[in-house]
Amino acid sequence: MNRRLLGMIGGAVVLAVVASSAARQTAEAVQAGATISGKVKFTGVRPTNPKIDMSEEAACKAKYPTAPTEETVIVNANGTLSNVFVYVKAGLPAGATYPVPATPVTLDQNGCRYHPHVLGIQVGQSLNIKNSDPLLHNIKAKAVKNRPFNVSQPNVSATPTVRTFNAPEVMIPLECNVHGWMNAWLGVLPHPFFAVTGADGSFSIKGLPPGTYTIEAWHEKYGTQTATVTVAGAAPKTQDFTFAAH
Amino acid sequence: MISSLLALVLLTVQDTTAGKAVYAKWCAGCHGDGGAGDGEAARYMLPHPRDFTGAIYQIRSTASGELPTDADLLRAVDQGLPGTAMPGWKTRLSDRERRDVVSYLKTFSTFFADTSVHSKPLDFGRAPGGGSGAEALRVGRQFYDSIGCRKCHGDLGRGDGPSAPTLKDDAGRPIFAADLAQNWRFNGGGTVEDIYHRLRTGLDGTPMPSFSDLLDQKFLTGEQLWRVAQYVRSLSPVDAPAVRDVIRAPQVTGPLPRSPGDSAWGRVDTYWFPLVGQVIKKTRWFAPAVSGVSVQAVHTRDSLALRVVWDDRSQSPDSSWLTHIGRVFAALAGDDSASAPPEPGLWPDQLAVQFPLTIPQGMERPYFLMGNATAPVYQWRWSSQGGAVAGVARGLDRFDPAAGGGTVGAQAVYDHGQWRVVLARALATADTAHELQVRTGRAIPVAFFAWDGSNGEHGTRMAVSTWYFLALDEPTPARVFISPVIAMALTLALGMLMVWRAQRPK
Repeated sequence: MNRRLLGMIGGAVVLAVVASSAARQTAEAVQAGATISGKVKFTGVRPTNPKIDMSEEAACKAKYPTAPTEETVIVNANGTLSNVFVYVKAGLPAGATYPVPATPVTLDQNGCRYHPHVLGIQVGQSLNIKNSDPLLHNIKAKAVKNRPFNVSQPNVSATPTVRTFNAPEVMIPLECNVHGWMNAWLGVLPHPFFAVTGADGSFSIKGLPPGTYTIEAWHEKYGTQTATVTVAGAAPKTQDFTFAAH
Repeated sequence: MISSLLALVLLTVQDTTAGKAVYAKWCAGCHGDGGAGDGEAARYMLPHPRDFTGAIYQIRSTASGELPTDADLLRAVDQGLPGTAMPGWKTRLSDRERRDVVSYLKTFSTFFADTSVHSKPLDFGRAPGGGSGAEALRVGRQFYDSIGCRKCHGDLGRGDGPSAPTLKDDAGRPIFAADLAQNWRFNGGGTVEDIYHRLRTGLDGTPMPSFSDLLDQKFLTGEQLWRVAQYVRSLSPVDAPAVRDVIRAPQVTGPLPRSPGDSAWGRVDTYWFPLVGQVIKKTRWFAPAVSGVSVQAVHTRDSLALRVVWDDRSQSPDSSWLTHIGRVFAALAGDDSASAPPEPGLWPDQLAVQFPLTIPQGMERPYFLMGNATAPVYQWRWSSQGGAVAGVARGLDRFDPAAGGGTVGAQAVYDHGQWRVVLARALATADTAHELQVRTGRAIPVAFFAWDGSNGEHGTRMAVSTWYFLALDEPTPARVFISPVIAMALTLALGMLMVWRAQRPK
C-alpha cells in the first residue's frame, strides 16, 4: 500500500471523527438551549366530526367499540386542541445545519386510520410506513415541494415501507384512496424544532439557541397562527395560541 | 469544458424556444400558456389536461414519485393517452417538433432543473411465458385479489369496486377506476407490458399506487405480479371492438329470447357502437360515463328482440355516488359556467334505442339527435327505475309516449358493473301513427343513447351515437339453395360439351 493511499485513508478517518464530534456538539447544543412551550386553546362551539362508515372493512370496524369518527377537530377535555403542528418557521441562524436523527418516524395504518394523525419529520429522516390492518391501504403523499408518491400495502406489513423527504414542506397531505376518510398530515423541516399537541393540548420545543423566532401553529381546519418569541440562554418561554371555532 | 457547457446551455435554450412555439400552437389551448392545465378547453374535459407545473405524470417508466424520463414524455406526446382527450401527435408533428416540445414541457417545473436527480427506468424484466394459460390466469386472479385490485376495479374488473365512488385525483377532481374490460381505453396502453409497468410505477397524481415495494418486501414475486398483468389483460377482448355499420338480426326458429341470460344470445353476432358526449345542444355534456354499447338482435316470424349490453360502474340511483356527482359538476363548467353547478341528484340509468317513425325510402333520415318537429323519431326508452316505454320524440326536449307506453317490453340485469337489457316488440303493431312498423329485408336506421345516473347524467346530459342500421334477415327462400346447384350443373354440362366438341375429330 503506498503512502498516498494511506494518507487519504487517514484523512478520511480524521474527517469522519471531526464530523461526528461536530454532530455531537450540535446535538448537545440542542439539548442545552432554551425551551418554548405552551398550550393551544380552543374557543367556541366544538364541531362534531363526521362518523366513518367502515362497514366495507369488517377487520377495521371490529377495532372500535362504537362507530369511529374522522379526526378533523379534536378538542380535549381541558378545552385545548390536539393535532396542532407547532414549529419554528423563521429565526434560526442562516446556514445552520442539524443532524438527521437516526431513529425513523413511524406512521401506522391501524383500524383504517392513521396513527399519528399529524406528525413532523426532518429532511432526510426516514419515515417508516406500517400497515397493521389485514387489508389493502395505499399511502399517497401529495407533496408539492418534495416529490409525491403513492405506494400500496395490501396486508399487515412484515417490513415497513420507507421514504425520505428532501425539502422542507409544511404540510404534506397523506391519504388513502381505498378508504376515502383516511388522511394525515406530515410536516417536513430542516431542523428538529417542532412539536405536535396531544391530549393535553400542550407543546414544547426544546434546545433553541438564543435568538428571536417566528413560531407558527398549524391546524388542518383552522389554518395558521404565528407568534414572535425571543429566547436568551436557557430561560424557558411560554407562548400560547388560541383557535376559535368557525 | 466551459465552452462545451455553454454549447449545451445554448442548445437547450434553442430546443425550448422552438418547443415553446410548438406548444403555443398545439398544446396551450388545453394545457394553458403557463402549463398549469388550465387552457381554454380544459373546463370541457374530464379528466382535465395535465398540469405540468407539478411535474407529476401518470405514465412513466420510473418509480412512484420520480420524474418521468424524456422517453416517457415523448411516448405520451407521440401516442396520446387513450381514454382521454389527449391525441397522439406522432403523425402530426415532426420528430424535431415533438422533441422540442418535450424540452419545453420540462421548463414548467423546477424539478427538472435539479441536475442531482437522475430518473432511470425501473428494471421490469420480461413477461413470463404461458400468460394466457389457465394456470397463469389462476395465479393472476389469486394475486389480483390479494393485492386488493378489486377494491377499486371490482370483482370482474369493470371499475365498480367498493371504493370506486370515492376516488379523486390530486386536484380533488373525480376519477374513475379503469374498466379493466376495456384495455383500448387504458391511459398508458393496453398490452400486458403496459399493464405490468403501471402496476410497478403506479399512476402518479391518481389513486393508483405503485406495487414495486411489494417485490422488495417479498409479498409477491415479479413473476406473480406479471401474472396479475396477464390476468388483467385477459379481461379485455383480444382485439379492441371495431364498428360495423349494420346490425344483422337473424331469424330464429325457437321462441324469441326475452331474457338477457337466454342461451340463444350466445349464438348471435355482437356489434359494438361508440358513444360520445352530447355536445350539440344545451345543456351539453362533456363527461359521458358510457363509452359504447354492444348490441345483438334476433327476430322471429312476428317479433324482434334487441339485447344491449354496456359497462356502467353503478346501479343507479345509488346515494353512495352523490359525492362523485358533485365533483363531476364542479369540475365541468360546460354551458353552466355562468351559473352555479346543479345540485347532485339521484338519477336512474337510462338507455334509448331510436329508429325513424317510418322506414325511409332513400338515405334521408331524421336528425340523429332525437329528430325534430317535422321529422320525428320513434324511440324505446328504458330506465333502471321504470322499465321501458315506446314513443315519439321531436327533438331533445319533446317525447310523447305512445298510448299505454307502447308495446315494447324490457328485461334487465345489472351484474358487476354491467347492464344487460333486452327490448322486444312485435314487428307490426296496431298504433301505426306512433310506432315504427318493422319489416324484414330493409335497412332500418338505428341509434343509441345512454345515461349513467350516478355520473350526474340526466336530460340532455347523456352519451349519444350516430345513426347505424338494423337489418332483419328475410326468411331464406328455397331457390337460394337450389339456384347454385342448378348453376353448377349447367356449368359442368357446358364445359363437357366444349371438351367433347374440341376433341371431336374434324
